[in-house]
Amino acid sequence: MLRLERRPSPSVFWERASPFLAVALTMVAGGIMFWILGKNPFEAIRTIFWDPLFNAQFASYSRPQLLVKAAPLILIAIGLSLGFRAGIWNIGAEGQYIMGAIFGAAAGLAVYPVESRLIFPVMIVVGALGGFLWAMIPALLKTVFRTNEILVSLLLVYVAQNILAMMALGELRNPEGGGFPGSRNLSQIPAMANPELIAGTGMHWGVVAAFMAVIAGYILLQRHILGFQIKLAGQAPRAARFAGVSPARLVVLCLGISGVLAGLAGVFEVTGPAGQISIDFNVGYGFTAIIVAFLGRLNPVGILFAGLLMALTYIGGELAQFMLGLPSAAIQAFQGMLLFFLLGTDLLTNFRIRLAKRKVA
Amino acid sequence: MFGSIDPALLIAALMVNSVPVMLAATGELVVEKSGVLNLGVEGMMIMGAICGFVTAVVTGNPYLGFVGGALGAAALAAVFGVLTQVLQTNQVATGLALTLFGLGLSSLIGQSYVGIRPPATGDLPLGPLADIPFLGVAVFGHDWMIYGSILIVAAVWWVLKYSRMGLILRAVGESHEAAHALGYKVTRIRMLAVLFGGAMAGLGGAYISLVRVPQWTDGITAGAGWIALAIVVFASWKPWRVLAGAYLFGGISVLQLNLQAAGSAIPVEYLSMAPYLITILVLVIMSSGRGKAALAAPACLGQNFHASR
Repeated sequence: MLRLERRPSPSVFWERASPFLAVALTMVAGGIMFWILGKNPFEAIRTIFWDPLFNAQFASYSRPQLLVKAAPLILIAIGLSLGFRAGIWNIGAEGQYIMGAIFGAAAGLAVYPVESRLIFPVMIVVGALGGFLWAMIPALLKTVFRTNEILVSLLLVYVAQNILAMMALGELRNPEGGGFPGSRNLSQIPAMANPELIAGTGMHWGVVAAFMAVIAGYILLQRHILGFQIKLAGQAPRAARFAGVSPARLVVLCLGISGVLAGLAGVFEVTGPAGQISIDFNVGYGFTAIIVAFLGRLNPVGILFAGLLMALTYIGGELAQFMLGLPSAAIQAFQGMLLFFLLGTDLLTNFRIRLAKRKVA
Repeated sequence: MFGSIDPALLIAALMVNSVPVMLAATGELVVEKSGVLNLGVEGMMIMGAICGFVTAVVTGNPYLGFVGGALGAAALAAVFGVLTQVLQTNQVATGLALTLFGLGLSSLIGQSYVGIRPPATGDLPLGPLADIPFLGVAVFGHDWMIYGSILIVAAVWWVLKYSRMGLILRAVGESHEAAHALGYKVTRIRMLAVLFGGAMAGLGGAYISLVRVPQWTDGITAGAGWIALAIVVFASWKPWRVLAGAYLFGGISVLQLNLQAAGSAIPVEYLSMAPYLITILVLVIMSSGRGKAALAAPACLGQNFHASR
């Protein structure tokens, strides 16, 4: 009979190793899923994890995509990880991402067709503000009325999606678009575009921001008093209150930071890879970033690698869709599975599995 | 603006619209009463929607469809149960994983079922009651699931309030240490509650794909699971108030759909976001008022239990 025994302190080895174990287990379980779908599991796994990087035919296209897809995931996940550490659950990053894009695009389009170098930076700031304001709704409701931030932030995603549809069909619609929904293509307007900075790498300003966020997040958690307070509030809320950490201040800060980062991700996306505000602008980065945050163990450096891995599953998934006819939903289920295994293998960090005979009570 | 809307049909539509959230919220209420917070209601509902749909289409029997939906969602709930109760994972994160996984898996299963009509779930013949003017159309002309869901709410209320089983369930939710010391199997009881919650969410989901829409499309539940979670808070963990919450929500969504159809001057997007905004508003009202909602929550809600002693 297997028995769980709580470790006196978390295992350092398993804290590092469990994400790798989880990825391996997901590959096995995902392989079984692909096999049930009638695909060769080894070919499917290779197409998802190997071909985007090393296949002679596709790698030149898909390698740059890695950074393009990873940047929003990392940006959002860094913000979310701060809150998750403190026990503040912002699961509406998708909504903040949408609002960032809308605010940023609207700021730019308001002055169209003026050409100025200042427009792009202003759009970025306004986009960040959009994400921040949208995140402040659950934050203020939580601090003033004690309303559950999980439900409010999530419900606001549906509201944001409706606002997005309204903007794409109404206020932000391209007046020269022949009545089609969707805004002007921002990536083709020099003053508003977020171009590839180094040709063939996929590097754009959002990627730069993502790297900066990783560094800032690392410094915040390791060196700054706020990072210490976040960790303290998560691990020992009572101790945090005795130490004078204001829970309301943490809620506002954590939600605010994650809102800003999600808004930034949105505005970088709308000015670059996506190009325009359209009804289907959001593709679920805000939700996948939750998986990224956990896969990276809520650690900025871990999130960097986790974001790249998740981006790989997106690109590999597209490739598998194209090459093997693997449905796109299979990749979504695959990503969900990864989160299950991650959470499950976390057990090894805090518990020992012992073989024990059943004792007579 | 309201001239073209028939009130009897409005009430009839309200009853149909409130069934999915009512069932899911009742299930979640039992889960939360046992001290477990399962945020995966949306994922379980959509699994119920697709499993029910597939079962009904394959067997041609809508009633088997509801059974299939309940079983499919309960299977997903079992994953949540094993992870949180045995493997001690964080309940919030695991619930989110359940939703993400459920959305992906359901769309995977549902690929070849888009655009098919499921077998019709017939109305329950209530004889002369259905001939009463107004009430006949509004209240007595529905399928059996509508009456079934109200009976389920009543049954859950009775079990929680008057039965020994309900007492034990509440004890586990209020203080798992004390319940454990009394010899109750905390993990097993919670596991059963989670499975029940899954089955209820599955029934609700199946009702969406088999009766309310009735069709399969990706993301068909459109946040109903999250609204069900909000209704549990709104209801202060009391079954009868779940009924009220579900009818309130059902009423708002029916009203906004009718206004859309009637070509109201309010833009469609404002109308479609109304149910979510009003849910938030209701949450705010419930959670402010001297913190009453928070006080009604089971004391061990969301806390994991590991019998180390």
